[in-house]
Amino acid sequence: MTTFFEMGGYALYVWPSFGVTAVVMALEPFLLRRRKAFVVRRIQRMIRMNETRQ
Amino acid sequence: MSSTLINWFKFSSPATFYPLAGRMARGFAWTAAVLIIIGLYMSFFVAPTDYKQGEGYRIIFVHVPAAWMSMLIYLVMAGWSFIGLTFNTRLSSMLATALAPTGALFTFIALWTGAFWGKPMWGTWWVWDARLTSELILLFLYIGFIALHSSIEDARRADRASAILCLVGAINIPVIHFSVKWWNTLHQGASVSVSSGSSMSTIMLLTMLIMTLGFWAYAISVALSRVRCIILERERESTWVKELVRENKHV
Repeated sequence: MTTFFEMGGYALYVWPSFGVTAVVMALEPFLLRRRKAFVVRRIQRMIRMNETRQ
Repeated sequence: MSSTLINWFKFSSPATFYPLAGRMARGFAWTAAVLIIIGLYMSFFVAPTDYKQGEGYRIIFVHVPAAWMSMLIYLVMAGWSFIGLTFNTRLSSMLATALAPTGALFTFIALWTGAFWGKPMWGTWWVWDARLTSELILLFLYIGFIALHSSIEDARRADRASAILCLVGAINIPVIHFSVKWWNTLHQGASVSVSSGSSMSTIMLLTMLIMTLGFWAYAISVALSRVRCIILERERESTWVKELVRENKHV
């Protein structure tokens, strides 16, 4: 197991490469989910405001 | 038009495209997850150790797919920008805008993993080599596109201005592609080419292709999710968006 993580001495280069790629590709969908929730809440507020005005 | 043919123009309306994009985004997300898991397993446990670069070469399995995606996404973006300019279709411009951040992220990944591969193999994180420099210019083009689009208040004017920027910048793509041929610098030549086949072992090539397909599915899924956000943001005043949100059908 330790030999696997050592990557034949290249651990310092292999893991940051795969790690940062994984972080970026996990963060992007997460941020999009938040952006969507934000827009939907904004539209819901707009609908409610219109309904109270009527 | 016969009923067996799909009327593609029907989907150029954001209202009809929105639910379709949602279904497609979910399908591609699952495809991406499966392909990337298989690809990662093969990257570490199936692909053999390289006789020259040892285990360090395994960076190739994220580096090359990311670099390919960075260029492919730009070409698709330029395609949608062109369609948006000539046919004046809102959705095409929205698709171009939705692709830009994903393209920029893949360009960043290509540069980042390239640096972490260059350090042990070439002895340097960065050189002003033709391939590296043109890829960095690609990153600036993506950032420029995003910045220009967000700096113009009127969405349709922003679409047109950034479409022109995108089309002019497309000249950089063949420069990146041929840079290793035109200039004899540090970055190695292509390991995989359409004309002369591949100089890699079959299993390494297969792993790289699976990762590429996984990244490709990821990019489609994320871009479709983003275009759905953009549609909601831009069309928030329209009745169909209000109906959609009121009936909880926006998910």
